[in-house]
Order: sequence, then C-alpha cells, then structure tokens
Amino acid sequence: MNDTLMADNIVEQAAAWRAAGRKVALATVVATWGSSPRPVGSQMAVDNAGSMAGSVSGGCIEGAVAHEAAKTMEDGEPRLLSFGITNEMAWEVGLACGGQVQVYVEAVE
Amino acid sequence: MKRDILDRLVAAKEAALPVALVTDLNSGLQSLVYDDAVHGGFGLEPDLLDEVRRRIRQDRSGLLTDPQDEDGFKLFVHVHNPAMRLLIVGAVHIAQALAPVAALTGYDVTVIDPRGAFATEARFPGTKLSDLWPDEALAALKPDVRTAIVTLTHDPKLDDPALIAALRSPAFYVGALGSKRTHALRLDRLRDEGLSEAEVKRIRGPVGLSIGAVTPSEIAIAILAQITCVRRGENHPC
Repeated sequence: MNDTLMADNIVEQAAAWRAAGRKVALATVVATWGSSPRPVGSQMAVDNAGSMAGSVSGGCIEGAVAHEAAKTMEDGEPRLLSFGITNEMAWEVGLACGGQVQVYVEAVE
Repeated sequence: MKRDILDRLVAAKEAALPVALVTDLNSGLQSLVYDDAVHGGFGLEPDLLDEVRRRIRQDRSGLLTDPQDEDGFKLFVHVHNPAMRLLIVGAVHIAQALAPVAALTGYDVTVIDPRGAFATEARFPGTKLSDLWPDEALAALKPDVRTAIVTLTHDPKLDDPALIAALRSPAFYVGALGSKRTHALRLDRLRDEGLSEAEVKRIRGPVGLSIGAVTPSEIAIAILAQITCVRRGENHPC
C-alpha cells in the first residue's frame, strides 16, 4: 500500500528523510478561508533531493511552497506564506482551487 | 523543528498517544502537549493549556490568537490523535474489500470472527485479526467516540451480541449488513433483549449509502462512504 496516501503520516516521512542525512522542510496548512481544498493541519514534507510527500492544496501551490521550502532548508528560517487563490489566478494556472490558505514552512534541524 | 520535538512527536504517534504540537508562529518555538505533560521550548499559561487539551479532545487543529491583542501571541495547535478505528465483525468477502479500503483511508482496522476458517492471515494480509466472540472482542477493544463498528456475518449468533455491545459503547458509527426484512427482524430481537428504541435506531441498516452497490467491493465503498458521511458530512443525509 502506498504509505503517502495514508492520512497524517508526513512527520514520520520527514523524520525518516532527516535520519537518512537529508535536509528536510515541513509545510503545514495553519489557516484556511473559503473553499480551500485541503484542511488545516494538512502537511507536505520536502527534502533537498527534490522528494515531496503529502500536500497542502489540491496541487495549486505545491510548486511555490516547495520553492520557499528550499530557501528554508538553506537558511533555517521558518516562513509563513499566504496564498489567496482567486478564481482569476486559478484560471491562469489552469486549476480550480479557489479559497485562501496560510502555510507555515519550517526546517527540521 | 528541533529533532528532539520531531522524534517525540513520532514516538507519541507510534504509541497511539493523543498529542498536540503547539508552534509559536512569531518565534518558531514549539512545545508538545500531552494529556498529562508538556515538553518543549516554551511554557503555556494554564488557560491556554486547557484550550489546547480541549482542541485535542475535539480533534480540531487551528490557530489560537490573543483576543486582547492582535499583535500578541499567535499559536498554531496541530492535533495528532491516534487513527480512527474500524472494527469489522465477520471475516467475510465484503470484509476482505472493506479492510484495505478503510486502511487506505487511514483507519486502524480490526477484523473479528471466532470462526477459524474465516479470519486468516491469508484472507486478510496485514490486517489485525481477533478470534474472540464479538462481544468479548468488543469488551477488550473498548470502542470509543473515534471508533466505527460494522457487522457483516448475517448470523444473529455473531451479529447480535456485537450490536448489543456496540450500541452500549460510544462508537460514532454502528452499521449492520442485511436487507430491510433482515434488519426489521434484527431490530425486533434487539428490542426483546431490552435495548431501547433510541439505541436500536443508532444502527445504520441496511448498511452503506444507497448507491446501488452490488459486488463486495462496491458494498465496501458504500459502507466507507457512509462512515465518512457520518464523520464529516454535517448537513448531509447519510
């Protein structure tokens, strides 16, 4: 069974990557407004080899979050990101997410 | 996140302990709040600690902000509760589909059947199995508000004791396989056993959302859809 589909096991994935000596950042949805696709507490782990596990939206913002996560892995500074996914923007990127999300990105020491 | 905090969080989840990771979004400091202890980078005032523990009981992650001061503390409470449980009574064909689909959805699944030929590792690879009688199994497993129970045996000798135990537990979902006629007869038997009208009405039967399911896998999907609806679907008919 694909473990990354199982609910809520992203911190285990982050711990496993870190234990393997990789740099790891964790992104967590801390607030949502409107029809955001993933609820508060949804998580995505990213490592410095480009691996990703989990999600913080329906695929709308994962690329941008991974980009910021790379910065956090470099400088160790947490980041609080806000995404207002307007219908107009959603149209531009070809996704119909809608809603607004706030995502907290932190490095695993 | 400090390694120590991450390791403790993973350990708490592994041990099925309810825990909340509290992050101060202004400073990045983090603490873990358990039922009976706090560990980590900052202390919490007693009223905030009470609120965090209330969030754990409600299974509700989210922001806590200072009501007195917009620029004051901003805490994110991330609740990590043990997996919801699904107890399946009857190691039958439908259970062979329901167990993996429920596991994929994040449920901790146990299949209960005292008939040795049914509850075998070969039929249920990787699934927890119990060969106790259903009422004894439920007494041992202690269903709570995060537990769903489904009976699938079609045999009153097995289903009825399970349902009586299930209805006297705080399980959030109790479902029983069987046609409308079977279900009506079942309710009569349970009333004869002394269960109240309110108690027998908790049983979802015939089990599953009405989607025209025919095959064992389709029935499993209909059951899991109904469990999901009861858990999540405020204002949805289930």
